[in-house]
Amino acid sequence: MTLSAETLDELRQITARYPQARSGLLPMLHLVQSAEGRITPEGIEACAEILDITPAEVSGVATFYTMYKRRLVGDYHVGVCTNTLCAVMGGDEIFAALKEHLGIGNDETTDDGVVSLEHVECNAACDYAPVVMVNWEFVDNQTPESARRLVDDLRSGAEVRSTRGPAICTWRQAERVLAGFPDDRADEGPAAGPASLAGLRVARERGWEAPAAGGTDAEDESHGAATDTDPDDAAAVAADEQADTSRAESEAKLDEGKHEAQEDDA
Amino acid sequence: MSIPPLTPVLTDNWDAERSWTLDSYAERGGYDALDVAFGMAPDEVVAAVKDAGLRGRGGAGFPTGMKWGFIPQDPSAPGGDKPKYLVVNADESEPGTCKDIPLMMASPHTLVEGVILASYAIRAHHAFIYVRGEVLHVVRRLQRAVQEAYLAGHLGRDIHGSGYDLDLVVHAGAGAYICGEETALLDSLEGRRGQPRLRPPFPAVAGLYASPTVINNVESIASVPAIIRNGADWFASLGTEKSKGFVIYSLSGHVRNPGQYEAPLGITLRELIDLAGGIREGHRLKFWTPGGSSTPLLTEEHLDVPLDYESVGGAGSMLGTRALQIFDETVSVVRCVLRWTEFYKHESCGKCTPCREGTWWLVQTLARLDAGQGEEGDIEKLLDLCDNILGRSFCALGDGATSPITSAIRYFRDEFEAAMHTPTSVSFPPAASTAWSDAAATAGVGA
Ligand SMILES: Cc1cc2nc3c(=O)[nH]c(=O)nc-3n(C[C@H](O)[C@H](O)[C@H](O)COP(=O)(O)O)c2cc1C
Ligand code: SF4
Ligand code: FES
Repeated sequence: MTLSAETLDELRQITARYPQARSGLLPMLHLVQSAEGRITPEGIEACAEILDITPAEVSGVATFYTMYKRRLVGDYHVGVCTNTLCAVMGGDEIFAALKEHLGIGNDETTDDGVVSLEHVECNAACDYAPVVMVNWEFVDNQTPESARRLVDDLRSGAEVRSTRGPAICTWRQAERVLAGFPDDRADEGPAAGPASLAGLRVARERGWEAPAAGGTDAEDESHGAATDTDPDDAAAVAADEQADTSRAESEAKLDEGKHEAQEDDA
Repeated sequence: MSIPPLTPVLTDNWDAERSWTLDSYAERGGYDALDVAFGMAPDEVVAAVKDAGLRGRGGAGFPTGMKWGFIPQDPSAPGGDKPKYLVVNADESEPGTCKDIPLMMASPHTLVEGVILASYAIRAHHAFIYVRGEVLHVVRRLQRAVQEAYLAGHLGRDIHGSGYDLDLVVHAGAGAYICGEETALLDSLEGRRGQPRLRPPFPAVAGLYASPTVINNVESIASVPAIIRNGADWFASLGTEKSKGFVIYSLSGHVRNPGQYEAPLGITLRELIDLAGGIREGHRLKFWTPGGSSTPLLTEEHLDVPLDYESVGGAGSMLGTRALQIFDETVSVVRCVLRWTEFYKHESCGKCTPCREGTWWLVQTLARLDAGQGEEGDIEKLLDLCDNILGRSFCALGDGATSPITSAIRYFRDEFEAAMHTPTSVSFPPAASTAWSDAAATAGVGA
């Protein structure tokens, strides 16, 4: 199947958002998935032609990222977080329960084509563990029972709402939003779930607030000690940065080369 | 006036009616910082962020103002004649880290305002928010916020009549932890496989499109409007001497009220757990990550370590992203370490051998132990493998992969010994750790 003229036009529109057209490739592949239901050879060809690169290059990118699918997924793609924290909190049990309930394995789709299942990595919602995603919308604080109900509802065509978002749209509609074509549903759902507000709630209860601007009492002891006033310190932290996250804070491991590189940089 | 334990600034409007909208944000003085900044020279904005002592919230804690200062502005300097770019790292994928996503969901305009201020400071006319793709509603809220900001004249040409122009693009990624690493992120944003780049050259000189680029975490950039509005001194009055300001601490796992807690740097885990209602009923803290799975585990003995960059470093770990994953005594540390290691193996981009091969061998060995079939010398083998990965990997993902393993062996060696003969599922039945295990237990008692 070839892509419609409209899709081809939208693929070109994506490239125009960027100073360099190729930056559009990831959103373009999201749009291909929205139009085709997966990454198809035709979609790859179209992207390659528009960007004037080889299909092999496009394909190399498409295979690198887990959200791009070579096989059709369901209308509702269910991801169960089984990264460590969610796994411990029950994600493993939920994943096992869904496999059994749906009669499918990881990366498989039900015969009716409605639900596909995948275990996913940490989805930045650990305070709502165990977490299930449906078409990349949060369904927080799940149990095996609630997850079974969730997929039953999805298969029966009942409206299902994200706990922190709107009524869940289809996977193809979701991919279109990710391609940068908004669906005008930003106003649905809450601002924040209960866990996001946990600290704020405590602060409100106890009347705690950040100090007002211009309040210059008690806490002056730290003044004048800003990092940039201490060159040694600054250089040490600077070197850490170049070594990035894991090596930060362990100056001992830094080699001379990195220090020099940093000085060149500065 | 003393400073209270929790100081909501970034989170302060999250409970406001329709907090994600421009109307709600503007009602609280949102975008007022733009006019303050436009009344200053760009270098003065950089200086204010330096004076505030803001350090990167994405993991490494590098001083933000200093990073901005590295951008060559003199046309004769290398890169100085090229366009400058700001890229916000909204890839949030480090296991345990869950602060940027709720921030962008509840108050995307805080980030957009920060982007404008930071871009003005470094003289960029193009900025990008690279957000992980697996958070659809967050993408929607960002898209809407950017659209609203354009319509209100906060983005686009001649912003607020200042003569300053800025375009901002929301760019959704496609699922790859490594794209959070800043140079891999740049390759990904250029439409390539997300693999880390060799440094030097550093992004400050040759980043996006080989042009000077600042890459900052969401929370770093979102902290800027408050600094410009309230002043560097105000910001620096919070926190500790070298770790200034407020940050979001994310508690997850076996605490009664997991969630986001915004406090000045330096609060302890003991205080935070207390604010979160304690460890779940009838259980004890066993181990925790201070800043995601790439930061070495800590235990009960570290409950009183101030959670600032220096103190956590002094305790043998790293503050990282302040992703406090809390595990109680029902949890097998061996199993957790296996799962994290499987994650690193899966996410290894394959570019360098120590990480690609090393994580594979680590998983083989840990899986054996998890099954209670460890072999003589497996613990030494793990330590040896870690030794060969740490410092020899091309990027920090490889280093991070060793953190949970070496720290777990340091504090819980006997559990690894026991895994020579007893499966972790026997020593630590998984059912006892789930979110609903206590409900079941209580129901049993009540019946
Ligand atoms: C494997 C890996 C993943 C990372 N993921 C993120 C991330 O999701 N978000 C982030 O801000 N920084 C992440 N970082 C750190 C970035 O490389 C970079 O240090 C950071 O974005 C700089 O911003 P900051 O100075 O404001 O903290 C990651 C680093 C590594 C090595
Ligand atoms: S350390 Fe791992 S993730 Fe980093 S470049 Fe090497 S293989 Fe890729
Ligand atoms: S571990 Fe599941 S969302 Fe973080």
